[in-house]
Amino acid sequence: MSSSTLQAPVRSEDAGIKLVDCDIHPTVRSMKDLHPYLSSRWREHLDSFGQRFRQAFVSSTAFPKATPALARRDAWPEDGSPPGSDLALMQRQHLDANGIDRGMLFPLFPRALDERNIDCAHAVCRAINDWQVAEWIEPEPRLKGTITVMAEDAEGAVAEIERCAKMKGFAQVALVTRPIEPLGRKRYWPIYEAAAHHGFPLGLHNSGNNGHAVTGGGAPSFYFEEHQAVSMSLHAMVTSFIIEGVPERLPDLKIVVVEGGFAWAAPLGWRMDGLFDRFRGEVPHLKMKPSEYLRRNFWWTTQPMEEPEKPEHLRQLLDWMGWDRIVFASDYPHWDSDDPRHAFKIRMSEAERQGIFAGNAQAIYGDLLA
Amino acid sequence: MGHIATTGMIDCDIHPAVPGMKALLPYFDAHWQEVIDARGVDGLDLAYYPPNAPISARPDWRVPGRKPGSTLADMQVQALDPFGISRGILNCLYGGPAMYSADLSAAICRATNAWVAAEWLDKDDRLRASIVISTQNIELAVDEIERWAPDRRFVQILVLGAHEALLGQRHHWPIYKAAEKHGLPIAIHAGSAMRHAPTANGWPSTLYEEHCSFTLTFQSQLLSLIAEGVFTKFPALRVVMLESGIAWLPSFFWRGTKMWRGMRKEIPWVDASPAEIVRERVRFSLQTWDLPQDPTYLDQLLEQIDADDIFLFSTDYPHWRFEGGDPTRGLPKALLSKALRDTPLATYPRLKETT
Amino acid sequence: MSATATLTRHVVAKVGEIPDKGSKLVKVKGRPIALFHVGGEYFAISNVCPHEGGSLCHGKLIGLIRSSEPGVYERTRPFEMLQCPWHGWEFDIRTGKSYCDPDSIKARSYAVTVKDGAELAEGPFVAETFPVSVEDQYILVEMK
Repeated sequence: MSSSTLQAPVRSEDAGIKLVDCDIHPTVRSMKDLHPYLSSRWREHLDSFGQRFRQAFVSSTAFPKATPALARRDAWPEDGSPPGSDLALMQRQHLDANGIDRGMLFPLFPRALDERNIDCAHAVCRAINDWQVAEWIEPEPRLKGTITVMAEDAEGAVAEIERCAKMKGFAQVALVTRPIEPLGRKRYWPIYEAAAHHGFPLGLHNSGNNGHAVTGGGAPSFYFEEHQAVSMSLHAMVTSFIIEGVPERLPDLKIVVVEGGFAWAAPLGWRMDGLFDRFRGEVPHLKMKPSEYLRRNFWWTTQPMEEPEKPEHLRQLLDWMGWDRIVFASDYPHWDSDDPRHAFKIRMSEAERQGIFAGNAQAIYGDLLA
Repeated sequence: MGHIATTGMIDCDIHPAVPGMKALLPYFDAHWQEVIDARGVDGLDLAYYPPNAPISARPDWRVPGRKPGSTLADMQVQALDPFGISRGILNCLYGGPAMYSADLSAAICRATNAWVAAEWLDKDDRLRASIVISTQNIELAVDEIERWAPDRRFVQILVLGAHEALLGQRHHWPIYKAAEKHGLPIAIHAGSAMRHAPTANGWPSTLYEEHCSFTLTFQSQLLSLIAEGVFTKFPALRVVMLESGIAWLPSFFWRGTKMWRGMRKEIPWVDASPAEIVRERVRFSLQTWDLPQDPTYLDQLLEQIDADDIFLFSTDYPHWRFEGGDPTRGLPKALLSKALRDTPLATYPRLKETT
Repeated sequence: MSATATLTRHVVAKVGEIPDKGSKLVKVKGRPIALFHVGGEYFAISNVCPHEGGSLCHGKLIGLIRSSEPGVYERTRPFEMLQCPWHGWEFDIRTGKSYCDPDSIKARSYAVTVKDGAELAEGPFVAETFPVSVEDQYILVEMK
């Protein structure tokens, strides 16, 4: 029996939703766009001192990306403002053209999740959250928001979740995936408890720079390496969540791993299980095998699409991880984004397709997509 | 599986344990002997394998009063004789490579190599060894390679899985030049000098998490070796990954190849896909800890890896990787067919020589 | 029937309207074609990237970057490699072949010629929706 028959994708409850995109990046034309949502104290601070990260440059990341603004070259608005800053273009080029019924906003720029000044980070996170509602979600109801919070101060993060939970249009909570300590550590748990309490999944998109080298062996030289190392940091993040006991403590918490690929999902479970017996004495708080938490609490987005040497290997991967564990994401308007019409090079049944493109996301987000 | 019956298996990863600095002392010069005594330099077991942690030794290989794997007699009785090992490669994991002082680091590596030669290689013909080096100072590392390379019982060069800088970076290249010249593969073993947090995400609470995540460091090291052009510059060099696991290979192949297609202009000397380079130039030791239980999935995994000549058999003695008297137990036949002899012999030309 | 008998030349642009190192998206028999101008030469390839369908006319023209030695970057054939606007795969604008997998991954390329308006008046060229004047030169794409 093939395991794909065992793991039937979840049926869509709202047949009107046929395509959910779990990763869309809106941005500002400039920091001025956030001014209406910032107090004068923080407007002046940002004007004078700007944001401060754990990196050498004022406004570039340490590894120049593949393209300017890491964007698809065809996504620049005609007036030259940054890709992702023009709702009308996003609607025309992506939402309408690709038939996106629901899109999850992931604001990465301006970057607040790993700002070093914690008060400033909270102010910018709050502004970004208000800006999402006012400038994206209200004018375009297909879009859903992500509550961005500053993880290093859990108390402040919880307060922001509480504030946003009273607003309409948010569907998940996001924090930096490379915080100062691995995300499973207890200092971050109040954030997860607040998210679970309000029924928000965590949407964890690779982001941030904690000042640690991006690999255990030091910093790489090339973007070719760094881009992959950042994906790998999500493997470490999932490992941390499970082994530190977050899903054991919060069995209903849903964690969506965004933009890290998914070919590693099942093999990570095999590895954790393989070592489990030797290390049980160190983790008596784990009541199930690690792969069981993986299978219960985690989901992955499709982008950046896995491209096996033989396309049919993709089907094997999905069998391994479960067809109900994967949701479509485009990453619009970034350079390595995927097109829903071309990303999958395998034939899928109608049920498989429906699960990946809509049903699984509905199972995760439920009414939050309404 | 039953492959144990075919005699002559080659074990590519055995760990002789340094009992302590006292045992190494005769192999230092007078200056360092005095320093070690005066400052109490000792306790250099690496943190990835705390001696009492279950993974560090099989319970039935623990002998009261001494570290597992710290005497030749134990190794002979517990592994070499019962498993019928015709050749075993000693990879001594001790703290020399992790010292910050380049001089002390090199001195400990040198004493470790001398100790391995005198206490192990001289006393059992079946044994071969890796030259332990520190990458803290590259000139001293090359000196150490040159010192031992003429001794044909040293069959490869061993470096820690993580140190100050990723291994592809070009200041390391004199090591690879020496390795290529002497026909010695470079082995990278799980473990870290802890110059950096174990992952990009910082310091985890548990040893368990570190062992699970070390695959990421292996992948980063491979990417570095590929991207910097080590395989281009040193066409005869082979790299061996010890205790890396293998289930991450398909994901690594596909992601690396996809990124190479998009970004190869950043590293134009890389004129083959990462998948192609790894299959041709990199070898992986088995005791794997990341194989799926479902035999169908295992077949699919091996089909995706699509290379039957990249695996090297190992017992990983005295680490606790398997139970009972058959170190091949639990390893799929498809992996073993070449891993027991053919691939080790192809990887280590010196293994064919008699001494 | 010979291959040449079925080829038709389609007038797709006027010389001068595409700046050097620029591109134009044109349609020939309903097919989107990316037309490029490099130093007075014109090239046409299918606008649809064989990977994920990126619109190649939005791509960036770069040199052919190769290397004889790590750390050495040798740039030849300036602006003759097209980098897809999405995932950055490189295509040779003369052949449409991808750099990394030239035999199996390629964008279809089409022959391009430049003709005087006066010649075009005589035919047999297809200038579907394109006004032609005798004073100018025109770019033609060959297609079955």
